[in-house]
Amino acid sequence: MLGSDLQREVEELYNTYARVLDDGPLEAWPDLFTDPCTYQIVPRENFEADLPLAIMRCESKGMLMDRVHSVQETIVYEPRYLRHHITNISGTEVDGDLTVQANYSVIEVLPEELPRILSVGRYLDKVVRAGGQLLFKEKRVVYDSELVPNSIVFPL
Amino acid sequence: MTTSTTPLPHLNWPQGDVTTIPYALYTDPDIFDLEMARIFQGRGWSYVGLEVEVREPGDYLVTNIGNRSVVIARNQEGNLTGFANRCAHRGVKICRQRRGNTRMFVCPYHQWSYNADGELRGVPFIKGVKQQGGMPDDFERADYNLPKLEIETRNGVIFASFDTSTPPLEEYLGVTNTTWFDRVFDGRELKVLGYSRQLIPGNWKLMFENIKDPYHASLLHVFLVTFGLFRADQKSQVLMDDTGAHGLLISQRGEQKADESTRDITNLKENFELADPRLLDPVKEYDGDATVVMQTVWPNLIVQQQSNTLALRQIQPRGPGSFELAWTFFAYADDDEEMVTRRLRQANLMSSAGLVSTDDSEVIKLAQDGISAFQDESGTLLMGGKGTDNEQHMVTEAAIRAFYKHYRAVMEI
Repeated sequence: MLGSDLQREVEELYNTYARVLDDGPLEAWPDLFTDPCTYQIVPRENFEADLPLAIMRCESKGMLMDRVHSVQETIVYEPRYLRHHITNISGTEVDGDLTVQANYSVIEVLPEELPRILSVGRYLDKVVRAGGQLLFKEKRVVYDSELVPNSIVFPL
Repeated sequence: MTTSTTPLPHLNWPQGDVTTIPYALYTDPDIFDLEMARIFQGRGWSYVGLEVEVREPGDYLVTNIGNRSVVIARNQEGNLTGFANRCAHRGVKICRQRRGNTRMFVCPYHQWSYNADGELRGVPFIKGVKQQGGMPDDFERADYNLPKLEIETRNGVIFASFDTSTPPLEEYLGVTNTTWFDRVFDGRELKVLGYSRQLIPGNWKLMFENIKDPYHASLLHVFLVTFGLFRADQKSQVLMDDTGAHGLLISQRGEQKADESTRDITNLKENFELADPRLLDPVKEYDGDATVVMQTVWPNLIVQQQSNTLALRQIQPRGPGSFELAWTFFAYADDDEEMVTRRLRQANLMSSAGLVSTDDSEVIKLAQDGISAFQDESGTLLMGGKGTDNEQHMVTEAAIRAFYKHYRAVMEI
């Protein structure tokens, strides 16, 4: 368990993370990571079988920026709104580095459709302090479902 | 088997025509049922998995052929088997785990048990309890074996069929498609890197059309075109087998530049440079010039080799307006770590969050959205003429026309 000040600071990082992805600017998303870093979206099927494939895999701030750039410039997709809901944030600290786990769900709204759950699962993260602020050194998004409803355009 | 007298909705489809495609083919439930019977339960080899996934006796995996759940297993003699995943008693789905290892497949309802050949072995209370109940005297367990699948393998890839009259796989694929299949599946042991599954809200044929359509790839996929991975001016081939069932799209990487072939792409990002070029760091690994080969194998498989990303995409129709696309990404067992990492990085281009394939799943949804209110109308396939023969360029829909030539023959419509 983290001390209450640290817990609050960690929760603020996740609040910022959700806000940046839901309301933008998307360019601010890579700034929440160290460089190098890892960001992966992993189907639970692969996670449990120890298979390395991630459906989104970034290994540096540059790759995060390339993903942002692609979402903004090259990928063709229907417009959509996303809302992240991050709960049950808990962590442990060893020598200042934090191992943090949280539940997440992301609700997606597409044109002419009712809201639906795009993804639900766990964040399995490593958080470190760099330049005075907490940043993600590792973020692993493990989604529970086998199926993805069509496409995941934005990071989870 | 459904007969040709099955009532079909009026299809406004001139005999033999493959340049107009009635939209009802993508929406009509009767057409869908006929497709399941004639295409997926009829003559044809459906991809069902890789041998490395069922390596040991007792290993099994659960997948779908069409909309039917099937079990692929390795029996105690070490042979691959396949059977329908539903109990002969009350039709209950027997096996609910994706994969595992077992000697007996036991139905959860009344615990009828089957061996890995799908043969009924155990029926609880078969003789009754205290001289009461039990099965009739003429009950033979052998009459209740599960519907068996024919199985063929080629260099580690498993195919199955409900129909015993399907010709041998090599004959089925034809010389050209066998040769290209063997380029990726060359006998080296394969290693599964992982799975990705998406439920795409569109008709399953739209997926095949998409992969058989090089015209769209050089326009829709800004990422591919921007980085020269697929462009209309590259040396390319569109090859079919004699029936039109299977197809190949073969091309080679070009440069990142704007010219005549990119002129019509309104949102080409000529100056997009990757901040981390490791994302696209392809190395040559096969003989010849081809750097991208997309093979479509009737009725449910796409073999993808784009640079160093290798995947089998299995099409599992769920209904007229929905299919699961199940991706199995793989490497070769003798790949070094650097190569595996390269394949994992390039996988960013593919599947449900792919920098490239997201374009396809999004467009397939929009196609289904558009089509569904215009069932009496038809789409057009005239790019590159009206033919169904091989082509040496990308500005053609010949492979989709060839697909529908075969489709009409199999469906008898």
